[in-house]
Amino acid sequence: MVWIEKQRHIVDFALSSLLRRWRKNTALLVLYTLIVFILGSVVFFTEAIRREASHVLAGSPEVIVQRLMAGRQELVSLDHLEKIRGIRGTSDARGRLWGYYFEPAVGANYTLLSTADAVGHPGTVVIGRGVARTLMAQRGDMIPLRAHDGTYMTFEVRDLLPSDSELVSSDLIEISEEDLRALFGIPAGFYTDLTLRVRNPRETTVVADKIRRLLPDTRPILREEIIRTYDALFYWRSGLILVIFLGAILAFAIFAWDKATSLSMEEKREIGILKAVGWETSEVILLKTWEGIIISLTAFLAGIAAAYVHVFFASASVFSPVLKGWSVLYPDFSLVPFVDPYQVAALFFLSVVPYTVATIIPCWSAATIDPDSVMRL
Amino acid sequence: MIELKHVTKVFNRGRPNEYIAVDDVSLHLQGCCATVFKGPSGSGKTTLLSMIGCMTKPTSGRVTVGEREVTSLPERFLTSIRRSAFGFVFQQFNLVRGISALENVMLPAYPSGERHAALRDRALELLAAFDVAHRSDAHVEWLSGGEAQRVAIARALINNPVIIIADEPTAHLDTKLSKDFLSWMERLRSEGRTVLMASHDPLIYESEFVDRIVEMRDGRIVAGG
Repeated sequence: MVWIEKQRHIVDFALSSLLRRWRKNTALLVLYTLIVFILGSVVFFTEAIRREASHVLAGSPEVIVQRLMAGRQELVSLDHLEKIRGIRGTSDARGRLWGYYFEPAVGANYTLLSTADAVGHPGTVVIGRGVARTLMAQRGDMIPLRAHDGTYMTFEVRDLLPSDSELVSSDLIEISEEDLRALFGIPAGFYTDLTLRVRNPRETTVVADKIRRLLPDTRPILREEIIRTYDALFYWRSGLILVIFLGAILAFAIFAWDKATSLSMEEKREIGILKAVGWETSEVILLKTWEGIIISLTAFLAGIAAAYVHVFFASASVFSPVLKGWSVLYPDFSLVPFVDPYQVAALFFLSVVPYTVATIIPCWSAATIDPDSVMRL
Repeated sequence: MIELKHVTKVFNRGRPNEYIAVDDVSLHLQGCCATVFKGPSGSGKTTLLSMIGCMTKPTSGRVTVGEREVTSLPERFLTSIRRSAFGFVFQQFNLVRGISALENVMLPAYPSGERHAALRDRALELLAAFDVAHRSDAHVEWLSGGEAQRVAIARALINNPVIIIADEPTAHLDTKLSKDFLSWMERLRSEGRTVLMASHDPLIYESEFVDRIVEMRDGRIVAGG
């Protein structure tokens, strides 16, 4: 009980000390909160978007096989597909037709993909939300696409792709096989690449090895590799943001260090008075520790809360151009709120602890002076 | 009650600017008395009071407060004795600016962990005893010199000490406030407290209630020892 009352008195006095120097402390608090907000936003966004991408890619085939010629991707023939179907452990091997289409009018690249859903719907397309936004197209509209021979083909928008997959389907146009072949000039019996499923997920790498041996001119790409690439991409982008803000973070660190490691004459005088009226060195240090904790914890909580709202309710509007990374077709999606406690703990230990410790050092040197110095002030 | 044996205090020892502030002082001070240390600036009065008040340790010699020899005690115990046995009134009052008079009075008792309500009541009683209760919520920088002086005395008494130490208490006061201060000190002495003051103000050392005058010069006692 005595211990609690003592802490209460000291916390009360710490608060009143902070309020007495409110200009300096408010400036510090605002800057500190801003830094935690930036770091928190980047961490939350990167982690959530990685999870989102992994979630969306979970339904994609385990292996994609591309044919290479002189190191570049080439069309793959039906013959290859038949050979792959003969490999034990594989299922659902099929040819996939897709390609890129640049639309000069809006400066955007679309991905055209022939899917099973599009079979039996020639002359129609299903488009991603990003495509719909750039073309201002809705269901029932007609969109013209320029074919490989310079002629224009017109397609009716049959539907829009669902928004929950927009992270990876924003730029997608689903089209029938015959239309895609006609648009890009791909001859019958050839595909852009092949996809297949593997019955036992642990044998994926074994199957990929078999494909490489059987068809030396191919490159099998595993789903795990795509997920890893997405991970690396988003980590790289979050690193980029941090580098951009490194200057600001350093400036804050210098400001906070200066504030934390130096005491004004007024603060030194106060420490002298406290010691003279009967405070122990440890009690003065406790007071300054509380001051440090109050500042850094307030900034940490405010910064984290603001980052949470920014990322999960405001779609990370401040950083989205860099973090999402599409030039024209920005996917418009809401991330599912997810907070990794380890990352929050890491942020806590990187922000609250160094500041609090830094405040104690100058206070310790001031608090260890003889209290009689106050008699000579 | 307070015993000093061959007490010496040297500042900046071993350096070119070495300075002997108190030089081989031995003294016995009775309890419940008012003693004034008089002498010119630099005579060692403040340093001597600091050592008696457990604020600093002597370079050599021994200081005994009550039955306890305090010279060899570690800081923690010295602080505990300072907090419970001594109340200090400083030359500039040394109140903490930006907080109220009431908080200033409560400040020395914060580390004791006393219940806030009880501590607050006691502080208000003390302020009332010195006729400044009506200014309890005022920031100390808004107080007049006389009010600040009384708040400083109330702060010195919050832990109910038996010894009051006042260092040049009238240095910045006019004659009326100085006389007021002396009347408060006289009251404390009559309550059974020991009052120790350092001053070269005749108003203090010629005061009727002062029991003993110890005169110092160049760190040594020259009269009244």
